[in-house]
Amino acid sequence: MAASKSEKSTFASIPELVAFHALNIPNSPAYREKEYGIWQSWSWSEAAEEIDALALGFLTLGVAKGDYIAIIGRNRPHFYWSMIAAQSVGAIPVPVYQDAVAEELVYVLDHCGAKFVLAENQEQVDKVLEIKKDLKALEHIIFLDNRGMRKYDRANLHDFRDLQNKGRNSEKKFAKTMASRRKAIKSSDTCVMLYTSGTTGRPKGVILSNHNIIKTSEASSSFDLLNASDDVLAYLPMAWVGDFIFSIGQACWTGFCVSCPENIETMQQDLKEIGPTYFFAPPRYFEGLLTNVMIRMEDASAVKRFLFSYFMAHAQKIGGNLLDGHSVSVIDKLKYAIGQLFIYGPLRNTLGLSNVRVGYTAGEAIGPEIFDFYRSIGINLKQLYGQTEASVYITQQPDGQVRSDTVGIASPGVELKISDSGEVFYRSPGTFVEYFKNPKSTKETKDAEGWVATGDAGFIEADTGHLRIIDRAKDVGKMEDGRLFAPKYVENKLKFFPNVLECVVFGAGRKFCTAFINIDLNAVGNWAERNNIAYSSYQELAGHKNVYEMIKDHINETNESLADDDMLSGCQIHRFVILHKELDADDGELTRTRKVRRRVIEDKFHNLINALYDGSSEVYTETEVTYEDGAKGAISATLAIADVKPVVQKGKAA
Amino acid sequence: MTATDSYQTPDGRTIGPNVMEMRNISLRFGGVTAIQDISFDIHEGEIRAIIGPNGAGKSSMLNVINGFYHPQEGEILYKGEVRKPMKPYEIAYQGIARTFQNIALFKGMSTLDNIMTGRLTHMKTGMLEQIVWSGRAEREEVENRAFVEHIIDFLEIQTIRKTPVGRLPYGLQKRVELGRALAAEPSLLLLDEPMAGMNVEEKEDMSRFILDVNDEFGTTIALIEHDMGVVMDIADRVVVMDYGKKIGDGTPSEVRNNQDVIDAYLGVSHD
Repeated sequence: MAASKSEKSTFASIPELVAFHALNIPNSPAYREKEYGIWQSWSWSEAAEEIDALALGFLTLGVAKGDYIAIIGRNRPHFYWSMIAAQSVGAIPVPVYQDAVAEELVYVLDHCGAKFVLAENQEQVDKVLEIKKDLKALEHIIFLDNRGMRKYDRANLHDFRDLQNKGRNSEKKFAKTMASRRKAIKSSDTCVMLYTSGTTGRPKGVILSNHNIIKTSEASSSFDLLNASDDVLAYLPMAWVGDFIFSIGQACWTGFCVSCPENIETMQQDLKEIGPTYFFAPPRYFEGLLTNVMIRMEDASAVKRFLFSYFMAHAQKIGGNLLDGHSVSVIDKLKYAIGQLFIYGPLRNTLGLSNVRVGYTAGEAIGPEIFDFYRSIGINLKQLYGQTEASVYITQQPDGQVRSDTVGIASPGVELKISDSGEVFYRSPGTFVEYFKNPKSTKETKDAEGWVATGDAGFIEADTGHLRIIDRAKDVGKMEDGRLFAPKYVENKLKFFPNVLECVVFGAGRKFCTAFINIDLNAVGNWAERNNIAYSSYQELAGHKNVYEMIKDHINETNESLADDDMLSGCQIHRFVILHKELDADDGELTRTRKVRRRVIEDKFHNLINALYDGSSEVYTETEVTYEDGAKGAISATLAIADVKPVVQKGKAA
Repeated sequence: MTATDSYQTPDGRTIGPNVMEMRNISLRFGGVTAIQDISFDIHEGEIRAIIGPNGAGKSSMLNVINGFYHPQEGEILYKGEVRKPMKPYEIAYQGIARTFQNIALFKGMSTLDNIMTGRLTHMKTGMLEQIVWSGRAEREEVENRAFVEHIIDFLEIQTIRKTPVGRLPYGLQKRVELGRALAAEPSLLLLDEPMAGMNVEEKEDMSRFILDVNDEFGTTIALIEHDMGVVMDIADRVVVMDYGKKIGDGTPSEVRNNQDVIDAYLGVSHD
């Protein structure tokens, strides 16, 4: 007696959706968590009961309408319940990054004025207690894991389960209040507040309404035909909008089951046990996984290595076509089926991706080889483009139109436009309400008609309608002769080489482009070992002439592919230097999420940049470094600068 | 404070009456005197440390408590009764578990299996019953596994549940060994240099686990340790040994200000 979709569409809030599933599919699993070595599971009716108990518990603590409840911890069913319980009593959940240091935590908790904090364990409680004096609004802390908590003063500190029991015991007193508050939730009310990680300046609190979340979940679920029989593994930070949409929005919309790993390190094992049908991971996850596979294959027996390379070559040829539904010859199909039996199937199983029907990656560019590898063995990996302000979805790739160099077509309900400066704008039902207590930023980002600036520069391909992202809009510039300069686009191409860990490309307002290269010590060190190249330090390896030759080859390849691109052929690299130290977040050169901070690097290494442009063949430099314990030191080196011959653009040969 | 009284620790815990008392223990190996006339007690629920320079007789002392060595002189009172000479396994059945200075795990077995061996003293079914896998044996296995899983969770070693311990780094092996000792649900836990060979971070982790074991399960802990800093931080009372003799006994601050202890640790000029 499942209600029709149209009936679901009238629901204004997440708690209503939970009640709907508790009534219609009471015994289907809603949440699972591995604990004590066993998958514990809660059905929709059990989950609804847990949520009710906690919501009543919140009422016993005096949670009022519009209060903010911060949640600090890793993915656990209890925290998902907490968010829904908070909504049930008219409060607003604010999930916070669990690895945030005290200083970041102060800003967020103070900014939203959280009266209640749910903390996972002693570590998180200690962190909150440490900053308590700066948090005037904070009243109660609730903790989930009671280990080590025996000696704490319990006046304003509550055990999660005790609070639930207290709620159960006072059902008579508060059930009516809970029901009436639940009923009062409007679709325009705030569903959740999420703080953006803030690569520039302070984090901003993005307010997403029930309308944003539910409409987005509805549209994206139907786009990929998600349904109650799907399975996901919730392992990405709860403070990230993606997790909220996947594990709360879509889960509560479709009624699929959310599984939480035992802890962060066991994720790979848990993934294999759950075998999700719907899976999201950032590109670096897929990269790491592939590297592991390749390393293990190198250690395998000759027969296995032969089989692997033989069938992988075949998969590269037709695997993608099969997924996209293109026609493939019968013999190739047969060969693929054999490969499926011996290689692709077991490999997918080892990776924990056997059942994946819909897989997504986003956040950064993914290397085409990596992307194609997963697709060729039959994993339907696709790309999407989104941000917190859009409730994730801006564009995504429909089945059958998957490519590594685009981010897909506009998601259902999303309108796109490209401004004159090349920046991508969108408008959708998922468009955020506002930045909390920050009308100025809201106004800068979202105009009166609801168009939101993404901060990314891109263009829409005329023939396919796919969006291609080039770079951050503020980084895109012009070269001296007016040609387009998009550093990140070039950097990403270079970073697809395993030997290149990080690179920074310069060229805005200059005659030609140059680059700083960071080698990947693992990959290059491994290569050095195989080629009998002796080195005693990172610095020595980085300066080795064979390494320079190798990087030069990579840059040549990159230049060739850039030469084919009409818009970006000016970005070919003419000169480069391999840095004597790794760019590091501790030195302020990268953000904590490993994004390059251009300004800092330009400042710090200006003598190197000068040398890249003044034609010298080597440069002496001294750099300050910060060690992990905070101590500072300096390293000095004479670095060689190498020239690369740019590739002449086809049809423009002088 | 008299020997049998309960007392309050500075952080507000109440320590019970004594569970074990050493009275004038002397231990000799041939002509070598390892322990000479040592008396001290261990109270219920406390963390009691035995420290001393190399060769002071600390491990011998632990082996005496453990029943591995029988002292030539003196007597041991356990829970108020004089203990007769016993085999180590009999002592294990009395609720005393230990870890070793040079890890003594089964290297080829998984973490899980190693910790399961610690449940041996709680198994009632015999080998025959387990071979035929009777209902009782199965139930018991399930109960024990559940208990062990709680320990794995407590020590945060879920990731290495199925890993053979021989492949684990040293710090983790120490943690597994602690897990095996805990699996016996000891009332008295003996730790022989739990932090030896660890880096600072591993020491901090181990200290936290020791404190948590004491706090969560109320286990009485006697530990031998080299690292003075750690001992002073976590122990309630400390016995200091040097050349087989007791040269100090008391709270960490008392011991720290004891001239004999300072001399033993820092050396003293012979002029």
